[in-house]
Amino acid sequence: MDTNTIYAKLNKIFRDVFDDDSITVNPKTTADDIDDWDSLEHITLISAVEREFKMKFKMGEISSMKNVGEMADIIAARTKL
Amino acid sequence: MTELEYPFDSEYIIKKRKSLKRTLLADGTKRLKKKIAVFGGSTTNDIVVYLELFLLNNGIEPEFYQSEYAQYWQDAMFPSDELLNFNPDIVFIHTTNRNITNYPTTSDSKETVNTKLENEYNKFQQMWQKIAETYHCPIIQNNFEMPYYRLMGNKDCSDYRGRSNFVTRLNDKFYEYAEKTEGFYINDINFISASYGLKAWSNPEYWNMYKYAMCIDAIPEFSFNLANIIKSVFGKNKKALALDLDNTLWGGVVGDDGVDGIQIGQETGVSQSYYEFQEYIKSLKSLGVILTVCSKNDHENAVAGLNHPEGALKPDDFIIIKANWENKDRNILEIASELNILPDSIVFVDDNPAEREIVKAQIKGVSAPTMDSVENYITTLDRNGYFEVTNFSEDDLKRNEMYKANAQRAAQQATFGNYEDYLLSLDMTAVIDDFLPVYLQRITQLSNKSNQFNVTTKRYTPTEMEEVFENNNYIRLYGKLVDKFGDNGVVSVVIGKKDSKVLNMELWLMSCRVLKRDMEFAMLDRLVERCREQGIETIKGYYYPTAKNNMVRDLYGRFGFEKISEDSDGNTVWQLDVASYQNKNHVIKVEDNSSIQ
Repeated sequence: MDTNTIYAKLNKIFRDVFDDDSITVNPKTTADDIDDWDSLEHITLISAVEREFKMKFKMGEISSMKNVGEMADIIAARTKL
Repeated sequence: MTELEYPFDSEYIIKKRKSLKRTLLADGTKRLKKKIAVFGGSTTNDIVVYLELFLLNNGIEPEFYQSEYAQYWQDAMFPSDELLNFNPDIVFIHTTNRNITNYPTTSDSKETVNTKLENEYNKFQQMWQKIAETYHCPIIQNNFEMPYYRLMGNKDCSDYRGRSNFVTRLNDKFYEYAEKTEGFYINDINFISASYGLKAWSNPEYWNMYKYAMCIDAIPEFSFNLANIIKSVFGKNKKALALDLDNTLWGGVVGDDGVDGIQIGQETGVSQSYYEFQEYIKSLKSLGVILTVCSKNDHENAVAGLNHPEGALKPDDFIIIKANWENKDRNILEIASELNILPDSIVFVDDNPAEREIVKAQIKGVSAPTMDSVENYITTLDRNGYFEVTNFSEDDLKRNEMYKANAQRAAQQATFGNYEDYLLSLDMTAVIDDFLPVYLQRITQLSNKSNQFNVTTKRYTPTEMEEVFENNNYIRLYGKLVDKFGDNGVVSVVIGKKDSKVLNMELWLMSCRVLKRDMEFAMLDRLVERCREQGIETIKGYYYPTAKNNMVRDLYGRFGFEKISEDSDGNTVWQLDVASYQNKNHVIKVEDNSSIQ
């Protein structure tokens, strides 16, 4: 899956989960940039991303990802054929 | 809203939880406000999020208190001022097998395990009594789900040292307490986790990462089940069922197939499925659920079907039987007013999605679950928890409902009568044209099967139908109807024979599945158009009464034909002046054979 597709899908998920159509994510986006992104919403976000891309994050990754860029990198690596 | 009724899409609810809440809060429903204290032995945030959605959908607006993480026992036993001031209307204790602290070990004696069981139970019982004394409100307590691993394998369930055995015994003690304590209810997560799939439910990732005692995707199902208890406690249960008959309580159409032709009883798998469903409905009656019939049928046919010797239900089981050709929303409103209950306390059970759609559109708050296939009927009704059994009642709530009833009736009458808007909302497209070889078999079959909407009940053999098809002296039309719920297939057939400038109608039939969709008018429009093209000036219609076709006695009258004769048997002859006819269909988009060839 190419990077543009991944970011387009991520953007849609972020808008749904945080119910905010003004969100546009980029590799540098972090929890500080989105009002509702706390540790509880993080769980919902992770499970929505896993469903959309039909992949699973490893337990260690979920807490160590620092920004959307790192999330996208993991998705890209894991959805490669 | 349908998104929040069983069977629901948990993934969708999880993703859209915020916008769903926004929509519910903005829909103008007047809701009961209730304060719910949640004492958790694990994380409860998401549980509360979905619980709120399902309660809002059931007419309850909750306000929550949540204990700090895993502080359920401390909060219950030593309440803070904040909690005392909150003064809950109901307390929910969210514990799971992760909160059992005194599990047996393999070296324990029987006595030791018994002591552990008593200690574990006493901790809970002490807490329940303290809550009841402090708040005098109902308590909901989870039972325990089965452990996800079995140290001793299969023996884990029967050996006193097994965790599975311990959990089962602890559950039994909870049930004993529930049985003798009013206002104390068990939230049966042992059932819900099994139904969901214990392996997925107990995925330890969610405990180790987030301290959730179940996987995230299972939380909507958990909260739905919990919401059923709460809405039942606060008087929001449904009271009555309005049941369709054909393809709902039995297989087939009694008006067409006859009593002997419907599927009910022990003969086939399908008829057994309908029988089991009838038995389930009959059991609901014993719980005090009011049974009524709401069916598009002649009354005699409906009663005859219910008197089928192999059926579990009998006409006497129903308080009201509405079997007529009126719109179902109107019948349901009449049922509600005759029973003196709110229309939104009725569950409408019908296999036809179009009927469900109009009833839901016309009657606010009515439930019309998706009845897709007979083998799912019981589960769909059962899991929705419409008649969840609790025994808490408040007279105040009843007064409140009576008051709301009047306001709602007034509002419903105002929205009723907009039938054309409903038909337009179905996005109907018909193909109406001369026969095509590919449909000849279906057309012949319809001519031999249709009894109700059939003015002449003339039957055709395949050979006779071929002859009609190849003879230029006939004007033939078949009609195929598609709406937003799907393709209904070929549903209407019209055949007329030319006699110079007169067309004599030999057949006019339609499947009852598309009654009241204006399909007959679309057929008539096309027929008149063909008559004009071929120089026909007069159409003559004939009605021959049978035991089953009373519903089309005045069909030609409704078409604007003039009655020119009637004999002592009730046979009537009608005629229409083609030149002055004006099109009657305004709701169906009509195409011809070129659209499918």
